[in-house]
Amino acid sequence: MSAEKLALTIDGIEVTVAAGATILDAVTQAGIETPTLCFLQSLTPVNACRVCVVELEGARVLVPACARRAEAGMKINTNSERVRHSRKMVLEFLASTVDISTAPALQEYCAEYGAQPQRYGPKPATVAQPVKIDNALYVRDYAKCILCYKCVEACGTDAQNTFAIAVAGRGFDARISTEYDVPLPDSACVYCGNCIGVCPTGALMFSSEYELRASNQWNETEQKQTDTICSYCGVGCTLTLHVQENEIVKVTSPIENAVTSGHLCIKGRFGFSYVQNRPEEGDDVSA
Amino acid sequence: MRGIHNGAKLFVVDPRQTSSARWADGWLGLDVGSDIALANAVGREILAAGLENREFVARATDGFEEYRAAVEPYTLEYAEKTTLVPAHLIRELAHAYANAPRAELCWTLGITEHHNAVDNVRALINLALLCGHVGRYGSGVNPLRGQNNVQGGGDMGAIPNKFPGGQDAEDPAALAKFEAAWNATLPRKRGWHLSDMFAAMERSELDTLYVIGENPAQSEADQKHANELLRGLRHLIVQDIFLTKTGELAEVVFPASASWCESEGTVTSSERRVQLCRKALEPPGEARDDIAIMCELARRLGYDWPDYTPEQVWNECRSLSPWHAGMSYARLDELDGIPWPCYDEQHPGERFLHARLWENPVGGQRAPFAAVAHDPPVEALDDEYPLRLTTGRRLDSFNTGVQSGGYRSPMRRGERLDISPQDARNHGLREGDRARVSSRRGSVVVPIHIDAGLRAGLVFTTFHFNDEVATNLLTIDATDPQSGTAEFKACAVRVEAICHPSTGSG
Repeated sequence: MSAEKLALTIDGIEVTVAAGATILDAVTQAGIETPTLCFLQSLTPVNACRVCVVELEGARVLVPACARRAEAGMKINTNSERVRHSRKMVLEFLASTVDISTAPALQEYCAEYGAQPQRYGPKPATVAQPVKIDNALYVRDYAKCILCYKCVEACGTDAQNTFAIAVAGRGFDARISTEYDVPLPDSACVYCGNCIGVCPTGALMFSSEYELRASNQWNETEQKQTDTICSYCGVGCTLTLHVQENEIVKVTSPIENAVTSGHLCIKGRFGFSYVQNRPEEGDDVSA
Repeated sequence: MRGIHNGAKLFVVDPRQTSSARWADGWLGLDVGSDIALANAVGREILAAGLENREFVARATDGFEEYRAAVEPYTLEYAEKTTLVPAHLIRELAHAYANAPRAELCWTLGITEHHNAVDNVRALINLALLCGHVGRYGSGVNPLRGQNNVQGGGDMGAIPNKFPGGQDAEDPAALAKFEAAWNATLPRKRGWHLSDMFAAMERSELDTLYVIGENPAQSEADQKHANELLRGLRHLIVQDIFLTKTGELAEVVFPASASWCESEGTVTSSERRVQLCRKALEPPGEARDDIAIMCELARRLGYDWPDYTPEQVWNECRSLSPWHAGMSYARLDELDGIPWPCYDEQHPGERFLHARLWENPVGGQRAPFAAVAHDPPVEALDDEYPLRLTTGRRLDSFNTGVQSGGYRSPMRRGERLDISPQDARNHGLREGDRARVSSRRGSVVVPIHIDAGLRAGLVFTTFHFNDEVATNLLTIDATDPQSGTAEFKACAVRVEAICHPSTGSG
């Protein structure tokens, strides 16, 4: 961003941002919270979800706050009837077609905007498909996928540069897929889990979390999160260990971290088991 | 990768065509152990084309004329013959490096696990000095560390010639300072590094060993010999989170907690960033924190040590090491770690080193060139052992597999010997066939994986699956006299087919 400053108005509040900043940056600076789903500061905006749209005075259509650059003199309304109506519709489309049971942010937005997904009938069309369990580390449940593209971006040029997944199909049939829909072990996947790290709905989930949820033992309120440093290489990635009953059940990494912006590799994300494998569990700890 | 997408040029120098090589502007697939020939040829080409940074060389370096004379014989033609890298690629690398406004040289064990490791490093440093690519943001020479605290271990004085903070163990002033702080008399002479210790065991001058968090019974080169020496010790103490193969040889084992999640402390990454590890789990069974074990041991030896907390130990280090003085736990927490040197609590930590070389006049000593010569691997290839074995790591595994063996990686295929398509054909080997690999020191049986990224004559394997394939039975313990590192990257082997499983892959 250059040193040049731009002044614009957000809900009547004057803010000044650096040239190159987005409307979302300006909105945040004004102290206003805006819902986002497909946006993440470490990823390139793709304008997929449309839940962050705001009204720009003089523009014909609502504009996505996450991607549109701020311009001098813009007058933005983040909470007009038109904005609220649009967001509500977007949330209803998502909540009626997708299983949002493990997407707390999406649930909160639905409540905030009064979304009524049941308006679309008792049996709306959904994106449901069988859960994909094809490896020991993570589970893909695309019935929970809102097609925000974050996983594709994290797998691609925004982080991992592995390109194991992309969006396949068109329109309502669009879905995240490996090449020719092959199982992960046959794909280019290197199990960095950066897709899990950015997934906002729990469609991509650690196997450990999936299994604990399935047996009704997942207890997020009891879990403690501790930041530490990965034990493997010399990069120094920060790991956030999610611990339940003295067991690591999930590993994330803080996105604002200076070293790797929340991205990890297979060893950092999944290689922790050795500290909690007990011989009596029958796991192979001899290798 | 962000740099590459932003237009940075990448040259990969590696005998194997790695996944990094696929992103590179140039892949220089050199013959194992010809790094100095390549570096000197790059230096000579830079000089021949007049691309050196004359001003920097004149103001900040020593020994340039000797260097120029030493690299003179390393013509592109000679280098192509010696390194097997096409001359035009060497030329392209030389020009790209010299012409870049900022350029960095990064390396890892491919440079340092050789009998002439230090010379390899010096050959690269020469290039940085020649072009002034050092002491400025975005430039420099950068050894990438393979463990979370390789850098920190050295910085904390866990090397025989240094006190914490890079202070020389034979410097009278440093000795006086640490003796006063510790109220103890310290040896006047530096100690032994790992390879020195094994040599001392061989001479029966070392009969007691206390090993903390290391598995030399499986990680040392020429494993059979290393194990004989470990078995010959009068007393071996092993402190580890697992009962490793080394632990099985020990008289006494201290079960330790995992330092990164069952206790707290600091580690230092490749970029000299000191970072905080925090306790997330209660350790199992009788396992205790490393510091608690050492304090207890000290008490048993008659010293009146309380149970120090990690933060107390760290604050003592800060009081003795100027590099670390400004790094309180609170600041380390707040700033996501701090790179040393950090002299006081207002200091942000240095982002890069050696800026003094650009001061006017140069602060401190000038940086010396080192005239170094190509010296091939100790073990030459011959008719009996005609293939070059180089060892390394795979993405999902780690060293002897003690840690990484514990999770269910879908990428894990067990140990394999990667071999070029041509050598596989010549030996009548197909994917998955089991083969006997022999060196002058031992032999192992290992399944074959055909890798088109390898040139004929080169084979590759790891040492992640020691219980299946003890790769270090093959490797040679020829060590660099200065660093003590063994030549894990180059030994001579032969490969023989032993059977063709009818089901294909093994």
